[in-house]
Amino acid sequence: MPEIKREEVLHVANNLARLELSDDEVERLQYELGRIMEYFLELQKIDTRDVDITSHVLPMTNVLRDDQPGECLSQEDALSNAPDKIEGFFRVPRILEE
Amino acid sequence: MEICELTAHELAGRLQAREVSAEEATQACLDRIAETDAELGAYLTVTADLALEQARAVDSRRRAGEALPAVAGVPVAIKDVLCTRGVRTTCASRILENFVPPYDAAAVERCNEAGLPMIGKTNMDEFAMGSSTENSAFKVTRNPRAIDRVPGGSSGGSAAAVAGNEAFWALGSDTGGSIRQPASLCGLVGIKPTYGRVSRYGLIAYASSLDQVGPLTKDVRDAALLLGVIAGHDGRDSTSADLPVPDYVAELEKGVQGLKAGVPAQLLGQGIDPAVRDCVLAAVDRLVALGLEVEETQMPHIDYSLPVYYILAPAEAASNLARYDGVRYGHRTAKPVSDIYDMFAKTRSEGFGPEVRLRIMLGTYALSAGYYDAYYLKALRVRTLIKRNFDEAWQKYDVLLSPTSPTVAFKVGEKADDPLQMKLADICTIPINLAGIPAASVPCGEVDGLPVGLQIMGRPFQEDVILRVAYACEQTMSG
Repeated sequence: MPEIKREEVLHVANNLARLELSDDEVERLQYELGRIMEYFLELQKIDTRDVDITSHVLPMTNVLRDDQPGECLSQEDALSNAPDKIEGFFRVPRILEE
Repeated sequence: MEICELTAHELAGRLQAREVSAEEATQACLDRIAETDAELGAYLTVTADLALEQARAVDSRRRAGEALPAVAGVPVAIKDVLCTRGVRTTCASRILENFVPPYDAAAVERCNEAGLPMIGKTNMDEFAMGSSTENSAFKVTRNPRAIDRVPGGSSGGSAAAVAGNEAFWALGSDTGGSIRQPASLCGLVGIKPTYGRVSRYGLIAYASSLDQVGPLTKDVRDAALLLGVIAGHDGRDSTSADLPVPDYVAELEKGVQGLKAGVPAQLLGQGIDPAVRDCVLAAVDRLVALGLEVEETQMPHIDYSLPVYYILAPAEAASNLARYDGVRYGHRTAKPVSDIYDMFAKTRSEGFGPEVRLRIMLGTYALSAGYYDAYYLKALRVRTLIKRNFDEAWQKYDVLLSPTSPTVAFKVGEKADDPLQMKLADICTIPINLAGIPAASVPCGEVDGLPVGLQIMGRPFQEDVILRVAYACEQTMSG
């Protein structure tokens, strides 16, 4: 069975999914992802030339509405679950270098 | 019979006749919870004060002679995946352990408008990812029909609450079987409505092209009533269908004479416990005796449903769960961090459980450069083929019939360590979400004293036809 390379698991976790994994978990995921990906190869057997994709089951296109201001959450409500806030803003660790 | 053992429509009748008050009915549920929920583990949060307050409000409106919805005063349990204003909503995840939504989900609003007191928020697999409710970050829920067994999942808390008479009925959500499979395992009726039938506004997203909200109830009439409460158009969900909602209860007794059903061979074969298959086929025979015309049919692409689902659902989940970054709401790491990306990674790794992390990794991997075409687009094309199988079936049949779950309820811990084995639990229910059609599970017999569910699938927006067949099946069970 094809194991996924350790570097590949770490790339997906660190750079794309933003997850910090323990060494044990990286090892487990190499195996699990490999096993599941192999299972997916079953689909390659099916001929899907000329078959459109279905990303959505309803026969509808864009739903538009008037661009009218309506009721929305108050600033207080919107900030009510913030782990950290200051003067009406969400506060996060420093992003830019000084 | 104790009050809490009544069906919702029986209670509604007694409330209307003023033989019992909404407050008494609510208190009866709360008493039952106090008695049995330490063992069952159905609830994450019990909202006793809120429920009693809502019940008293209904009682006083009734005393004042106000015209009330028919079901006003019948307490409901809500899966903890639906946002409830001012009431903690966790999705059974550490990352939302202290989240208190500032608004109600649309389905919750509808329940409020119908005067249903909310008893509490029910346990589930974390972010609705699982089939046993063992993946909750907080506790394991058990099956009231056999306490050493799982209630199914991911809406296992809602199913256990109703089956254990800790609620008269409940709302769940269904992405690959999460309403129907627990209904089947707990001996209840469950409906996954047509995609778009019920608003997803305020439903915490797992896989947005598959998720639907629906009822878990003690009988078919209750399912028709509760679906009627929550169905309908909502401008805040752009995939919500702007179609009239039929009177589902009025359709129930129309019978199955003149209806034609197909039984897909692909849903009776490999992986289905032979005893479950026999039980389901016996129920089909009873429906035939009532006038349902039935034949076996072939839907070859259904066999590919599991690999399609386990690409698409994690891919959508990986995108949806990107929002949990410790900035606007939810858990944020308390550890020292070197920069904001470090904060994201520590927060997410502390907050998400192992199954959620696995699915995020799986989905991110399938969407990443070099794999997107081979996995994600390929799965979307095969999804089209699966949907076509159903479109073709509707040319010939009004409904399709199958088992809901390939087995009866399994023991707690039995499949917890084998992810692929666990995924087979949804083998009959997943194709329905991929095609976006409605389907119900209705009790149709027992194997080894444990409930078996018949799955009834129907054309888009024909929940009424499904309910007619379900009602007929239920009639063959009583007495």
